[in-house]
Amino acid sequence: MPLGDLLPEITLLVGAVIIVLFASFASHERQIWAAGLALAALALAAVFSLMQWQQPPALTFSGVWALDTAAVAAKLLILLTGAIAVALSPDWMRSDRRHGEYYALCLFTLLGVIMMASAHDSMELVVGILLSSTASYPLVAYHRGFKPALEAGMKYFLIGALTNSLLVIGVVLLFGLVGDTDYARTMEVLAASSDGAPLALSVAVACIVLGLTFKLAAFPGHAWMPDVAQGAPAPVAALLTVAPKIGAAVALARFVSLLPESQSWPLIVALIAVITMTLGNLAALKQTDVRRLLGWSSVSQSGYALMAVVVIGAEPQALGALLAFLAAYALANLAAFAVVTHLRGRTALPDYHGLGRTQPIATAVLILALLSLTGIPPLVGFFGKFLLFKVTIAGGYGWLAVIAAINTVLSLFYYLRVIAVMMFKPLEGEVHVLGRWSWLAMLVSVILLLVASLGAEGGLALMDAMRLAG
Amino acid sequence: MILTVAWVAPLLGAIALAAFPRWSETRARQWATAVAALSLLMLVIAWVGFDAAGPLFQHVDELRWVPSIGVAYRVGVDGIALAVATMSALLFVAAIIYPVNTLGQPRQYYAWMLFLQAMSLGVFLALDMLLFYVFFDLTLVGMFFLIGRWGHGTPDVSALKFFLYTFAGSLLLLLAIIGLYLSLDPYTFDMRVLIQQQPLAGSGLYAGLVFLALMLGFAIKTPLVPLHTWLPQAHVDAPGPVSAILAGVLLKMGTYGMIRLPFAMMQATFAKYSLIVGIVALVAILYGALVALGQSNLKRRIAYTSINHMGYTVLGIAVAAALFVDNPAARQLALTGATVEMIAHGLITGALFLICGSFWQRTGDYELDHYGGLAHQVPLLTGFTVLAAFASLGMPGLAGFVAEFQIFAGTFAIYPWLAVLAVLGILLTAALFLDMLRRLFFGELPSHLGQFSELKRAEWGVLGVLSLGILVIGIYPRFLLTLIEASSAILVGGR
Repeated sequence: MPLGDLLPEITLLVGAVIIVLFASFASHERQIWAAGLALAALALAAVFSLMQWQQPPALTFSGVWALDTAAVAAKLLILLTGAIAVALSPDWMRSDRRHGEYYALCLFTLLGVIMMASAHDSMELVVGILLSSTASYPLVAYHRGFKPALEAGMKYFLIGALTNSLLVIGVVLLFGLVGDTDYARTMEVLAASSDGAPLALSVAVACIVLGLTFKLAAFPGHAWMPDVAQGAPAPVAALLTVAPKIGAAVALARFVSLLPESQSWPLIVALIAVITMTLGNLAALKQTDVRRLLGWSSVSQSGYALMAVVVIGAEPQALGALLAFLAAYALANLAAFAVVTHLRGRTALPDYHGLGRTQPIATAVLILALLSLTGIPPLVGFFGKFLLFKVTIAGGYGWLAVIAAINTVLSLFYYLRVIAVMMFKPLEGEVHVLGRWSWLAMLVSVILLLVASLGAEGGLALMDAMRLAG
Repeated sequence: MILTVAWVAPLLGAIALAAFPRWSETRARQWATAVAALSLLMLVIAWVGFDAAGPLFQHVDELRWVPSIGVAYRVGVDGIALAVATMSALLFVAAIIYPVNTLGQPRQYYAWMLFLQAMSLGVFLALDMLLFYVFFDLTLVGMFFLIGRWGHGTPDVSALKFFLYTFAGSLLLLLAIIGLYLSLDPYTFDMRVLIQQQPLAGSGLYAGLVFLALMLGFAIKTPLVPLHTWLPQAHVDAPGPVSAILAGVLLKMGTYGMIRLPFAMMQATFAKYSLIVGIVALVAILYGALVALGQSNLKRRIAYTSINHMGYTVLGIAVAAALFVDNPAARQLALTGATVEMIAHGLITGALFLICGSFWQRTGDYELDHYGGLAHQVPLLTGFTVLAAFASLGMPGLAGFVAEFQIFAGTFAIYPWLAVLAVLGILLTAALFLDMLRRLFFGELPSHLGQFSELKRAEWGVLGVLSLGILVIGIYPRFLLTLIEASSAILVGGR
């Protein structure tokens, strides 16, 4: 067995196990060391992933596991997301009696998400989705005494249970049709069959895509996202608005690439993209709760990301555009949630009035993050969106780009509302901040955002190297 | 290098203002003035060094930026860009010196002003479409904060409306830019390549869509009727100097963009639709003048005259684009006129909005009916207002006349009936300005205006310089025309 190919994942697994053991024996004051252990595991996993970058695209473990640039890039992004979410947590969780285990759950979630991004086999995909789901349900409801958190956790769990079972049904159907779960074999069989059993295949595809929309927070599996963003602990919200989206987007890109043209999947994905971005933006317009607003904005951003999946077969650069957009989104959204966390999770819009006067740095970070999410140049979000528009137009979906542009204007409205109250309204009440860890994490996230904006060239050169194996 | 210094200096100045929290109001203003003036000086040097017989784009700087998608830092100017940029820099210096209530945040105010100056100059100097778009968008950010923070009335609503409306335009622009970009092989955003290759000539629907998106994007910014509704509110609620910048500089980005992108890069397509664009411009001319006539709010009235004047500019551009008429002289005349109109409107309307700011500083009121009989009390203010108003309505010997004369002469040669109808606009403008002057300065002085004070030194100094510019262009336009004609001749294909 080529165990070396799984070094990053094994590192995460071992790290999580060590943390669980450590947390069972350490005293409450020492539980915070688990954060350090988690960061070390993430860093080590990142190093191992970097070592995989240079290898040619390949499949390993009898073809169920992809080792290609797309998987490695997604892995690195997911690990980075995890690192920032973990760094945001110690101050937030300090008084929680189960502080240590929290980090183990974070690592398990990340492991599941990474499996989604690398899976080259439908069973493998199921395992990844289930692992990331089960590990993140308790994270959302970690504050048991807090009603909104319980509600969010329950909603997340119920929607997850429904979509995950649909996913399994879809995978089983596909297995029945093809006789194998391996992607390479699936593609061969589907391409060879002249009639392709359209109805059964369509049902299977619909179920699998539905299962993935849950992790993507795209329509129709999106309903948990605003509640989780609002009710879950803020660092968990940062993690869950970003990481699963990256894994699911890459998984979806891999999966639709297998399908024969008779399934007309680009049109279906395009429709999902349109509905997702429009719904997310329309719902965000009326929000008076910043975290909920960020949740809905995260839904709409999934819609944009799907634009790249639509043209994944038609445009060679679509995969690069997808990952560039996801990276830009991840950096901006992490920075935004880092600010929310640093401000002790303050969430109602009126609480942000006049924040610019007492918290200039946090305000500046949030403004940069929101402008990047809108896609104002020269922030990195602009390059992400620009590439999306470019591949969509070049792939013959100009109308989709127009709809996305209209949606971007819509989104500007609610992002600006937050910016406007911070800058233009008088200050109300006192502002409390969390602590040094969250301050540092916030700073790191904004520095990453700015570096990515200025170093767009380097990033884009990497994106050109994106390939799917197989 | 010189152009890079011209736009980077204000940006560094803005960063310095943000970085030194202890600077007093006077210090901040002096610093901002000095930096803005340095930027103006650089452009003047570039003007002096501009070779009218040389190539289209001069003073070009080029640096790698994102070569993998064909983006580079490219700046350079032709005569049109240089003239508009220099006017903008002058107006920024004027707006920064002009006294305004900074609501206790002078550093932030001047920092945003300098930021806006850097981005605005960037728009006029960029030779790379993506860079152009970056600057174009960032001006919105600067303006948003200036109106929202230092405006009056309901500034946050106006700022939001302004940003949303014009951002919609710039996204259309982005799509069109991508459309143009994808039509080239290899992909590049270099404007010079696009102007030279005319990639979309004769490609039917695709070219039509790209053209439509470009024109809609710029029409929102210009603004052309019926896409103008963001403008009056933004103007009324913005502080005087910011209004001057909005009218004098930001509106020019729409018409300048029309010349730079669709006019220069899609000549064949523009020619096909030039009559339609001309008719839309005519509607803007008449509608803007008529609505302005109906306003009783000083600032709103001036805001609507901007729509009217930008209509003349667009008319000139549309006429110049009528490629199928074999009359390059007339087309060149119209294009030169359109550019002079941009300069003249910048100076004249800039001055008028600064004057509005002075009224607001003194009374906090824009209602024309609440004024009257000020001519005796404030002769200087009266003098400057009369001069600017007469220039705006196209009095010979002042800047507006030079511009409008050329536009009408060019139009008459190509679309005579458009010219005949558009002249009605001048008549209406005359009526509305004379009515405005009558209501402000003549008749009986209301009792509450007894304390109304004369212009301060900073105010009349600034207005004096702007008025001098208006006079010089009106009497001796040669220095400006040489510069502009050098480029308009190449653009209409005369040289």
